[in-house]
Amino acid sequence: MNRIPSAAFRIAVAFSILCSGAGRIFAQAPATPAPAQAPAKEPPKDQDAQQNPFIPQPAPPLPPGMTGSDTNDPRYKLTPGLYNAGEASMGIKHLLLLKKPDAFQLGTDNPDDPKVAQTLGQLGLPAGMKIPKELQMVLAQLAFGNSDMAFEGNHLFQGNFYGITIYDISDPAKAALLTTLVCPGGQGDVSVYKNLLFMSVEMPNGRLDCGAQGFPPEPPPPPGEERKQRLPAAQKDRFRGVRIFDITDVKNPKQVAAVQTCRGSHTHTLLVDPNDKDNVYIYVSGTSFVRQPEELAGCSSGTPDKNPNTALFRIEVIKVPVAAPQDAKIVSSPRVFIDPRTGAINGLNNGGSHDKEEQKPADTNQCHDITVYSAIGLAAGACSGNGIILDIKDPANPKRLDAVNDPNYSYWHSASFSNDGTKVVFTDEWGGGLGARCRPNDPNKWGADAIFHLKDDKLSFASYYKLPAAQGDTENCVAHNGSLIPVPGRDIEVQAWYQGGVSVMDFTDAAHPTEIAYFDRGPIDPKMLVLGGDWSAYWYNGHIYGSEIARGLDVFELTPTNFLTQNEIDAAKLVRVAVLNVQNQQKIEWPANLVVAKAYVDQLQRSQALPADRIAVLQKAIQSAEKSHLNKTTRAKLASMAPSLETSATTAKSPADTKRLQSLAEILKHPSA
Amino acid sequence: MFSEVPKWKLDRYRPRTLHSPIASAMLFGIFLAASAPTALFSSAARAQQTDPNAPVVVQPGAPGQPTKRLPPTTKGILPPRSQADVEFMQGMIMHHSQAVEMTALIPSHTQNKDLRLLGAKISSSQSDEIKLMQRWLAARGESISMAMLGMPDMDTKGQPMRLMPGMLTPEQMEALRKAKGPEFDHLFLVGMIQHHNGALIMVKDLFDNAGAGQDADIFNFATDADNTQRAEIRIMQAMLEKNSSEEKR
Repeated sequence: MNRIPSAAFRIAVAFSILCSGAGRIFAQAPATPAPAQAPAKEPPKDQDAQQNPFIPQPAPPLPPGMTGSDTNDPRYKLTPGLYNAGEASMGIKHLLLLKKPDAFQLGTDNPDDPKVAQTLGQLGLPAGMKIPKELQMVLAQLAFGNSDMAFEGNHLFQGNFYGITIYDISDPAKAALLTTLVCPGGQGDVSVYKNLLFMSVEMPNGRLDCGAQGFPPEPPPPPGEERKQRLPAAQKDRFRGVRIFDITDVKNPKQVAAVQTCRGSHTHTLLVDPNDKDNVYIYVSGTSFVRQPEELAGCSSGTPDKNPNTALFRIEVIKVPVAAPQDAKIVSSPRVFIDPRTGAINGLNNGGSHDKEEQKPADTNQCHDITVYSAIGLAAGACSGNGIILDIKDPANPKRLDAVNDPNYSYWHSASFSNDGTKVVFTDEWGGGLGARCRPNDPNKWGADAIFHLKDDKLSFASYYKLPAAQGDTENCVAHNGSLIPVPGRDIEVQAWYQGGVSVMDFTDAAHPTEIAYFDRGPIDPKMLVLGGDWSAYWYNGHIYGSEIARGLDVFELTPTNFLTQNEIDAAKLVRVAVLNVQNQQKIEWPANLVVAKAYVDQLQRSQALPADRIAVLQKAIQSAEKSHLNKTTRAKLASMAPSLETSATTAKSPADTKRLQSLAEILKHPSA
Repeated sequence: MFSEVPKWKLDRYRPRTLHSPIASAMLFGIFLAASAPTALFSSAARAQQTDPNAPVVVQPGAPGQPTKRLPPTTKGILPPRSQADVEFMQGMIMHHSQAVEMTALIPSHTQNKDLRLLGAKISSSQSDEIKLMQRWLAARGESISMAMLGMPDMDTKGQPMRLMPGMLTPEQMEALRKAKGPEFDHLFLVGMIQHHNGALIMVKDLFDNAGAGQDADIFNFATDADNTQRAEIRIMQAMLEKNSSEEKR
């Protein structure tokens, strides 16, 4: 790569720009005269890149042994635009984009509005001027960014760093905004249970009263006291933790509780205990700084050797009485990183390999996100330097069963199980989602999914999966949130990759994940990175919803391709749930429906597990059965085909085909319309 | 913990620089237009007040308090920005620049494959983050370098100024440049661990300022930098242990 100029050289360049009065962005006179300047050692290689901080820097060359993503993919060079960007898709049809509501846009239209004047003043812009849209986007990227989603009945709840939006999705192609709820504090992770809506708050501007004003910066220290260490004043009105709203009236949600935590809540996970109908539990993952005890009693930071009560190295569990949510409180703070042999609470490291022999006390001190799967009594945690498996049969006291690390992982970000619980897909949010990390030269093992087998509560690495298409220098892109698509017989996940778009991945064969569908837009801006793209992409009752950080809410549907048939899509659409909180994973069950049977037949045809003549016979028999509305004759015909499928199952080439053949045989024995 | 404020923080309350938004707008090739007065309520907004199906804007109160209905024209405001935010970004650009400078030595100084990969990742990550910090500052009309107000190694009185926490001294950098092979590996790892630990101090210091870190971008960046560098420190410690155990064999 090009030699990076030394600090002194960069400063010299900065000075020369300053002194030349180039009228560029640096044309700001320092209030004090600059001291003598150092002479520039060499001319800048790329004057523009030096002068213009907005021009992106291309990725350095690929490290030896690494490969990048595909630059021949149509997604690599799409035309830019906020609302008119070029689009590319395969197997996905875009139905609708609902733009972010005005309340989640920086106010600039009305120069008479005192709030606008205040904003302009903060930006140093003259009053009465419009902020150019692109600059506006840069100034208010994440502050008004959309985040995660939850679903209940006909309602979609979309989190935002500035609040929550609630949509009516009874007709997904005509989804409509119902409510914009203003309540800043980031990142606005949401979950829903009956009439209760939960929201994560972590930033220091969060207020108990949902005010948007934040808190005033501290004044300059008095003369002579500059050297004194000054901690910020405790703010009784500050809120960092989990808010609970009553959404009985979705157009008038009321805050009923706000459970404060030491590190705030970056994400949270709703856990419904199958044995406890009166309470729900919330696992809180805090990733930020620990506040001082003056603000919230009992909070303290530091390493465990100096402070055994440190608020680091733990998660929090909130118990919420469903009938009395105002009584929600923290009931435990499990030390999930403990070393059971030594009792050290900092028992996990990220030493950077797949083998687990040389673990020493170290400081994985937080989880970023936890997915609970109550049906199998396990949770998968993506915890900073580690991926972990927890036993959650006692919800308030999760116990760690296993932990892994990975040499290519920067930051373990999220996790999801396959429906049968034999695989876990972890994500690595290299760069925190703020950077362009899918460029042609970004290694496709960095910022990728890592798929692990899970057997006897132990994880073993199988493969990486990264968005196959290269993305541009101005597109923030890395692995992010996704959910399972309930296609029977296959493990399929739809996943958001920020400005890399939406990618649908088949990981039925954990060692060889492949992309089967995608949707992508061009960058928001061609010349500078403006944060945007899909935060999460989730399947809910037949459609895919994308939470687009900058643009709004997207609605998609799957369309048939060689990689996914109409029968498979129809079978997925048969699965209906009353509520969806993706991190509270529910077991998918398929009805013994002929649509499901046809999906299996399509898969057996694709994998060539059965010869063409047997496929044709199966298809014909199912078709006759459908036409006759499952009369006695066709039922008997279907049932008669089951034994030979069961025989074939014993000799199938892959475990996936074995299961498909067995499941198909079961349906043919007892089909429903 | 610090018993006193490091010197690099002392010029925090210097006079503010002047802003040049028009210049910055021209940089984008965007035309700044004085906005025409706009009607307070559009027809759509008027419709909302009568149409029960129209979307609503609400702001809940504190727990137990009623929820307010806000006008349909409500727009977002940003929380206050702190001078500590600006100086954190300026300081971190300088801090990151040295890390990139250190990693640039790797290809010519060592054949260690693990170190080369690690260096490539640090270099890629931190170069990209430098651009992020520059964008953040420039969009707000702030200087992208602390040194705009004085030379890097001098404070405002012309006295030598301490480097940002964890930064390698000129002597340490020189020693690194002169070392080769395993000696370079050792100095690099020890140096980068020192350097990363300094970044953790800078993040802690940022959030120890009332009113700092309320901006979502700086909050996320600082938190992510802390988490990532904390993880990299452990990776580097493991590499150091591995190297020293190999030497003993």
